[in-house]
Amino acid sequence: MGNDNEIIDNIANKEYEFGFITDIEMDIAPPGLNDSTIRFISEKKKEPEWLLNWRLKGFLSFQKQKLPEWQNFPLPPIDFQKISYYAAPKSKKKYDSLDQVDPELLATFAKLGIPISEQKTLAGVAVDVVFDSVSVTTTYKEKLKELGIIFCSFGEAVQEHPELVQKYLGSVVPHSDNIFAALNAAAFSDGSFVYIPKGVRCPMELSTYFRINTENTGQFERTLIIADEDSYVSYLEGCTAPMRDENQLHAAVVELVALKNAEIKYSTVQNWYPGDKEGKGGIYNFVTKRGICKGAHAKISWTQVETGSAITWKYPSVILQGDHSSGEFYSVAVTRNKQIADTGTKMYHIGKNTKSRIISKGISAGQGNNSYRGLVQIGSRADEARNFTQCDSLLIGDQCGAHTFPYIESKNNTATVEHEATTSKIGEDQIFYLNQRGIDSEKAVALIINGYAKEVLNQLPMEFAVEAQKLLSITLEGSVG
Amino acid sequence: MLIIKNLHAEIEGKPILKGINLTVNPGEVHAIMGPNGSGKSSLASVLAGRENYEVTQGEVYFKGANLLDMSPEVRAREGVFLAFQYPIEIPGVSNINFLKTAMAEIRTHRKLPALDAKEFLRLSKEKQKLVEFDAALVNRSLNEGFSGGEKKRNEIFQLAMLEPTLSILDETDSGLDIDALRIVSKGVNKLRSEINAFIIITHYQRLLEYIVPDFVHVLYDGRIVRSGSKELALELEEKGYDWLKDEVREKEAREKVGI
Repeated sequence: MGNDNEIIDNIANKEYEFGFITDIEMDIAPPGLNDSTIRFISEKKKEPEWLLNWRLKGFLSFQKQKLPEWQNFPLPPIDFQKISYYAAPKSKKKYDSLDQVDPELLATFAKLGIPISEQKTLAGVAVDVVFDSVSVTTTYKEKLKELGIIFCSFGEAVQEHPELVQKYLGSVVPHSDNIFAALNAAAFSDGSFVYIPKGVRCPMELSTYFRINTENTGQFERTLIIADEDSYVSYLEGCTAPMRDENQLHAAVVELVALKNAEIKYSTVQNWYPGDKEGKGGIYNFVTKRGICKGAHAKISWTQVETGSAITWKYPSVILQGDHSSGEFYSVAVTRNKQIADTGTKMYHIGKNTKSRIISKGISAGQGNNSYRGLVQIGSRADEARNFTQCDSLLIGDQCGAHTFPYIESKNNTATVEHEATTSKIGEDQIFYLNQRGIDSEKAVALIINGYAKEVLNQLPMEFAVEAQKLLSITLEGSVG
Repeated sequence: MLIIKNLHAEIEGKPILKGINLTVNPGEVHAIMGPNGSGKSSLASVLAGRENYEVTQGEVYFKGANLLDMSPEVRAREGVFLAFQYPIEIPGVSNINFLKTAMAEIRTHRKLPALDAKEFLRLSKEKQKLVEFDAALVNRSLNEGFSGGEKKRNEIFQLAMLEPTLSILDETDSGLDIDALRIVSKGVNKLRSEINAFIIITHYQRLLEYIVPDFVHVLYDGRIVRSGSKELALELEEKGYDWLKDEVREKEAREKVGI
């Protein structure tokens, strides 16, 4: 039976499930970033001149920028020259079918439970898998093609749909946006690309699965999703990494563009390796995610379940440009051991009658530190804009921390902005009550956590919600003895 | 069913129970009364296995097994049910899902087959009716925003669902108006049987007008100082507890000087 100290101890003792390493021959660039690394990457990927130039502009901007200092945690020194910026499974060429994929790699994906092989994909989820830096396979491509939907690796999109890539790349997150976005612009290796044509409702969930495998590599993928007028897409993203003593950097960029009447739902279940209980190792998850509702009545919704990473530092945002457009952000972030999360969202209300809704649920255990940081900005033209923000924090034990930093800037007095915040603890009373009904402490905590996070989990597509629920339980397993 | 022998327990080093002896047989209803701070709720907590109590002496057997060796959840699965004086709120967890989880755990432990969704629903409807529990509350978050009376009635609904052999009602009557009291009592009376037993902890005789006990015990300063039939409750109602306190004090004084 757990008193608070035991709770903390037990959480600390739970090990990371996905910490295996796959032994595959890799093509790796030497560590360090300079003009020639960037040219190397660009050349490897047979990129057009304009893209190489864009990368170089990104690199220039990266060199000019300093690491930020406003975050609510001590940022460990990062030696950008020690990281290898390109690692790809060694192979002859592009895969035409799954049979050509390294069986080791397929075994890895099987271990992760990804429905990579099309025969097995009964769930109806189209998956793009990014292994270290390179997109390995995209399932269901043909079926999507019939509808005019493009779902492929970023590299492929550059080759086959350069006009779309050139038009939208960097249009939401510019190459100079912030130091990590600039680094990504310079060194991004692959990622996913989605285009939903006018009036098409994507009939299945599109999904990307990211995995960092090789030591001393960073993962800098880039995702670009464009939903043309009156279209709809739901996109899922999942991630894991092996256990390493060294920290690994993950600096991804996600750009979403929703045109008139279009809707994009973007869901993330992030389970990167969080480091061990002393805080050694783990992924630095420094990601820039931003969407723009370009047209009227467009809608973008971010849902994230963040259980992994040593440090999670990201603010999926929405620019509400079109009148009557709406943005949503639903988040559950769990920190335990020495994990840190500084996450939240930014909602930029530009158009009239724009709406945003923010539901953030932080869960801290062990010595974890969880910060919600959010900005709601109402522009002078955004008449009748509305925002509702709720950030709740749940504490397990008394060595963890929860913080909220809500910022509101309004230049229009017809706007309505609401903010609610609560902090609660999982009480021994709650656990005992459930014990007394025959439920053991482990299940009791899982039940309480899932109840707490329900509003967010409800936003996830069904299969993913079940997955996330399990992940939350596993993450906090052993939270009471 | 339940045998308590010379039970001593303390909380943060402070003795609360100082030698409780009590035997409860199947089919019996025992009322435990006593002034505030006499240890009534502590006894309920110790039997349910609340961890901040430390048992320093004595034994408790439940259906022949050592109850004190069991974790709280095992006690519950074995058939000990505590209706809480202050039922706990758990936001976001629906009443019915919580019960489904509890039921599954208990049935697995008792080696009963799992109930399918349809059977569970049927049973839930049947028990709701039995204890007059509002169907709207079944799907709400567990006790969240429930009134005091609704919480207590939820305890009785859970009791009906989980079918324990020993039910301990810890001041279930406190905070209930007369109508709620009547409904709760009616529920309990319907659940009484030859094979189960109840320990009813109460401050007032009022509840015992509705749930008629076989035995009444008076707890004072961590000990049962008097046991009797249901008439004892009436006597207490009439005379209060002071005369008993005096009696105990006198007895202690006599013991001290060896008379």
